[in-house]
Formats: sequence, structure tokens, C-alpha cells
Amino acid sequence: MQKLSIPIPDKAIRRLKVGDPVSLSGVMLTGRDAAHKWMVETFVKRSRSPQGDDQEIYQAIKPLLDGGAIYHCGPVVAGLETGEYRFVAAGPTTSIREEPYQGDVMQHFNLKAVIGKGGMGPKTLAACKDVPGVYLHAIGGAATLIAQSVKKVLGVHKLDFGVPEALWVLEVEDFPAVVTMDSHGNSLHAEIEAKSKAALEALLAG
Amino acid sequence: MRDHTADFLELVRLAATDLPPDVEASLVAAREREAPGSAARGAMDSILKNVAMARQKGTPICQDTGTPIFYVRHPEGWSTRKLRQQIRAAVAEATRLAYLRPNAVDSLSGKNSGNNLGDQAFPTVHFEEVEGDKLVVDLLLKGGGCENVGAQYALPNAALGAGRDLGGVRKVVLDAVYKAQGKGCAPGVLGVAIGGDRGSSYYGSKEALFRKMDDPHPDPQLAELEGRLMTEANQLGIGPMGFGGETTVLGVKLQSMHRLPASYFVSVSYMCWAHRRRRMIAGSEHLVYQ
Repeated sequence: MQKLSIPIPDKAIRRLKVGDPVSLSGVMLTGRDAAHKWMVETFVKRSRSPQGDDQEIYQAIKPLLDGGAIYHCGPVVAGLETGEYRFVAAGPTTSIREEPYQGDVMQHFNLKAVIGKGGMGPKTLAACKDVPGVYLHAIGGAATLIAQSVKKVLGVHKLDFGVPEALWVLEVEDFPAVVTMDSHGNSLHAEIEAKSKAALEALLAG
Repeated sequence: MRDHTADFLELVRLAATDLPPDVEASLVAAREREAPGSAARGAMDSILKNVAMARQKGTPICQDTGTPIFYVRHPEGWSTRKLRQQIRAAVAEATRLAYLRPNAVDSLSGKNSGNNLGDQAFPTVHFEEVEGDKLVVDLLLKGGGCENVGAQYALPNAALGAGRDLGGVRKVVLDAVYKAQGKGCAPGVLGVAIGGDRGSSYYGSKEALFRKMDDPHPDPQLAELEGRLMTEANQLGIGPMGFGGETTVLGVKLQSMHRLPASYFVSVSYMCWAHRRRRMIAGSEHLVYQ
């Protein structure tokens, strides 16, 4: 088990290999479909001009993402009525939907770790080599278990995106995951896909 | 009929926080098949730890509490309008209590309603009048990750060499499992409908998911195909979470439906390992949850 603390130095990223179990501690951000679309359109490609509190939030999240981690997660949150937020269930969502955006977000913010489930594609793998960064696979559906590693909800941005889509700022301790895409061009997902394709072809021919 | 709102709330709580015993047993068996020290074994360990912890704490097994899909079988003369109102009230209350995540998003504005109530189809409620005096309600909480990897095929399918027979059904189901990889939170359960039109076929595939894990199909031909598909899907080696391993699917449930002469649809609904289905049976004096 490799312990990582956020911000994660390049040296630690380069040491990580596909298959390594890791545990993360520090401050991370959740972000999924709406957040990635918003970040890329407003600040990376600038096809949409900043509106409302966009600039303010950008300044707030920039230092958190620099050397940091983003978690593809739409949590169940208690305390919505009082503002004393608590994560009760917080497993990963399917990451591949962020494939059009993720590489650009990693480059723009110097983001080191992307956490989710199901793996990502060639664009993200290329960014992992370049930035450098890693893709960390959390256990899909293990939401109550993972929520135990969220020690504190420090804040939330863009709650108007809805609870699942908002950017939650979290303090985590020993957050468990497995490296499935590393900074050396290896992807467990590409490997399993190729193997299962060969197995499927054999079955279809039979 | 009396007010069943509180009973429906308990049904939702149970479905979201406590996996049915037959599903949990199949997960335990799957763990034992994975090599000690492998990533697949580690994933199964975490899954089972999470299931036990969610039950004990009364918190959701998975944060994606999905689309609540209700099948309501009611005695003659009951008001389906009132039953729907009570179900909607229970769903909103379950959301307030954090048993459910607010999941109903308006497709045009992008706004989340905040209480899991959308149009008539969210939550989904199917009604059927039955004989007798009992109310029987089945609930499935189906998350978006696994719903997204569902697939529908029109046979024949030349690319897969799949004809209009059970051999063709076998080929397209294996293709669907391959395409899903680990993205539907493997190991999953497959609900497969053979026949119907595009709409009824997908409904049929979801209805098949209400069968118990250890319940083979009464038709020997389909029972045999269910067994074969399970063995062969597991030979793909995708494994828990797509990490590679012995168990890619926990079960396969087939359902045959009538079709038009021109159409031969095969619809596959993929249910993640967190197969959250529960049943409530309410008689005049008894209330049972399964």
C-alpha cells in the first residue's frame, strides 16, 4: 500500500505502477459531468464567457487542483437543510463520460490524480504521461465504506448544479484506490479489453 | 385501502441500505473464486465490507440510488392515483432522510428537482390489478452506470454472425457483456428479454431482474442457455470492477416475449453487483418485507 498525500509530487506519481494499491490523504475536490463541461468551456477552451460567481470559484479551486486530485463522485449528503454537510455515501461514478474533457483539465490545472471507476481512454492516458498523473480506481458501489474516509466537508461550489454534480471540497484520510492507469503509458483497462476481445472472438467462432 | 406511505418508505430504506440475502450469498461465492491477493479479490472484499457496513449504519449501499422502479400489484377496486401519491410522498421523504440521492434531473433546464420527483415516469410506477386481497410491491433501485451499458440488438446481426434463434441470442448477450467491460460495476446480473417491441422488450429485461439469483428458468431450453451464458460470460475474464478475474456476471435471467414476424429484438439490462431489489407484501393484518 503506497500512501499519498495531496498535493502529490511528480516523483511520487512516477513511482506508481498499474496494480499498486494506494491510500490518499489531504484535500480533494469532487467533479463529474457538469463540472468538467463547465471547467473546459469556461476556462480551458473559453467558448463560454464566465458568468455569476464563475471567476471567484475558479480562483478558489485552482490552488486545490494544482498538484491535486479530482474525484468522479456524486455523493449522498446529509445536512442539506442546515448546511452542516456530511457525506453518507460516496462511491465513484463511471469515468469514461469525462474522457472528452479530462486530459485538458489535467493539463490546465496541473492535476495529478483522477479518481473514478471503469477507467478512461487514450486522451487521458496521454495526459497521465505528460502532466504526469495517474488514474486511480475506487471500488464502484462501495459508497458507505468510502464515505468513512471523508473526514470533513470543507465546502461546496456550484450547488446549483444539483447535489450529485456540485464541486464538493473534501478532507480525506486513507482514501482507498488502485492505480489502473499510470504515467508510463500503461492501462489495465486497455489490457483487459484486449484480452476479453480475444476471448469473445473465440466464443463467437465456436 | 389504508395509507401505505410509511410502508413504502420502509421498502425504499430497505432496498437502498440492505442487499437481499440471495444477492449477498452470490457475492460471497464470487469472492471465494478470486485468487487471494489479486485486485479482484480485494474488490470483492471491499464490496462485502461495504454491504455489511451499509446494513449496520442504515446508509445507502451505493450513492447512486438510481431510478426507483416500482411494480405494484393491487386488489380490485384500489385507487392507483392514491397509491402513486403515497409512493411519491415516500420517495421524497426517503430523499430527505438521505436514503436516496436526489436524482431527478429536468432534461431541458438541467435542474435537479432535489426530491427525486420528476414527471409521471420518475419514479417509475407500474400498476396491475390482481386477484386476492394483498398488495404486493416490488422495487428495484437501478443506478445510472449500469443502465448506461444496457443494449438492444435487432436480429439478425451480421457483424456478430447472430441469427434469429437462441444461438444468435447467445452471441449478442456475450457482445453486450464484452462492451460493458467493468463500467456497469461488474460482477453484474443480466436481465435479457427475447422478443417484444423496442419498448416492451426493455421493460421485459428489467422484469427478469426481479427473479431470485438461484431460480432457474422453468423452460428447460432457457434454463440451459442461462447456465451457458453465465459460464461463457465469465470466460471473458473481465472480472470484478473490470480488474480481470473469474466472475464477470453473478447471474443471467432470460425472458421470452411474443414479437412481430418482422422483428426479433434482444434487450439486455445490466444490473450492477448492488442488485437492490426488495418486495413488500401487505395483507389486511400482515406486512412482510422480502
